[in-house]
Amino acid sequence: MAKFKTKRDKGLKPISTASLPDVVFMLLFFFMVSVSFRQTERVVMVKVPEATEIAKLERKDLASYINIGTPLQVYQAQYGTDARIQLNDSFSTVEDIRDFVAAARESMSEADRPFMTVNLKVDESVRMGIVTDVKQELRRCSALKIMYSTRKKVENTSF
Amino acid sequence: MAKPTPEINAGSMADIAFLLLIFFLVTTSMDVDKGIQRRLPPMPDENQKVEAEQINKRNIMVVLINRSDRLFAGGQPMEIYMLKDKVKEFITNPANLPNLPEKKEKNIEGFGPYMVSRAVVSLQNDRGTSYEAYIQVQNELMKAFNEVRDEFAMQHWGKKYAALDETQQEIAREAIPQNISEQEPREVTKTRR
Repeated sequence: MAKFKTKRDKGLKPISTASLPDVVFMLLFFFMVSVSFRQTERVVMVKVPEATEIAKLERKDLASYINIGTPLQVYQAQYGTDARIQLNDSFSTVEDIRDFVAAARESMSEADRPFMTVNLKVDESVRMGIVTDVKQELRRCSALKIMYSTRKKVENTSF
Repeated sequence: MAKPTPEINAGSMADIAFLLLIFFLVTTSMDVDKGIQRRLPPMPDENQKVEAEQINKRNIMVVLINRSDRLFAGGQPMEIYMLKDKVKEFITNPANLPNLPEKKEKNIEGFGPYMVSRAVVSLQNDRGTSYEAYIQVQNELMKAFNEVRDEFAMQHWGKKYAALDETQQEIAREAIPQNISEQEPREVTKTRR
């Protein structure tokens, strides 16, 4: 009897959870390394349209972003509610794109420059006029690879 | 013998780490960049006058979106869901109709001669067109070309275009060129607001 009792006591010893924090920290570090932080603060509201024929951007480091949309609520008193262009952190005009593209080119290595992609994040309610102006300016700067940023369409709805 | 030092309870360590983990998961944006990739045509040189490329009328299909987002394709008003099939018929011209684009035999390297369609889809929009409508039309055009390429790939290799290897994709791209031209911007709707 006594023999059995001691055996049971040994079996009831709690499982050591000492390595659990290590596991979780490992997960944490994995996420911290793999996640890319948003470098720029958005100053315009952008809700990109939906599409089905989408491709993924292969090289994120070769992309530069142009946001077009209505200014955020905080900036509306100053900039109005008309669609504006955002380059880096600030409101810009079409004329600023030239410098923006030049700066983006400058920061890349010689070999990567032909693969530079300009990612247009445009709100779906924006009129094409401003987008056309931006596209014309990009052509003038010969930044010809562009990408219209879109969301993946969830289901096939008919219009 | 002195009292053994009590072991520090590390049980809550896991909770703290989980809390940190969840905090990072919530605050970081994991948005992958997806979208429709296009290539803009280079700006024509101002010094030299480019002679306007003469395209036969039957080879060109005008897709027009006006400022109230109404769609016209091939000269008739159209709904967005009809556009894809219309464009597909236009670029393949299966019955070799005289009013649809002509085909020209082209010797594709590694494949042999193929009747390549000379179709050009010309996309025109107004300054007042909404971006959403524009992207939808772009999407439908891309879908039409992608489906035709898929059919071509299915016919010759029994695989979808995306499953082909690099050289086969090159051949498919050459056999079905994606000729979407966007006109120099101009006012499509005559009456000004």
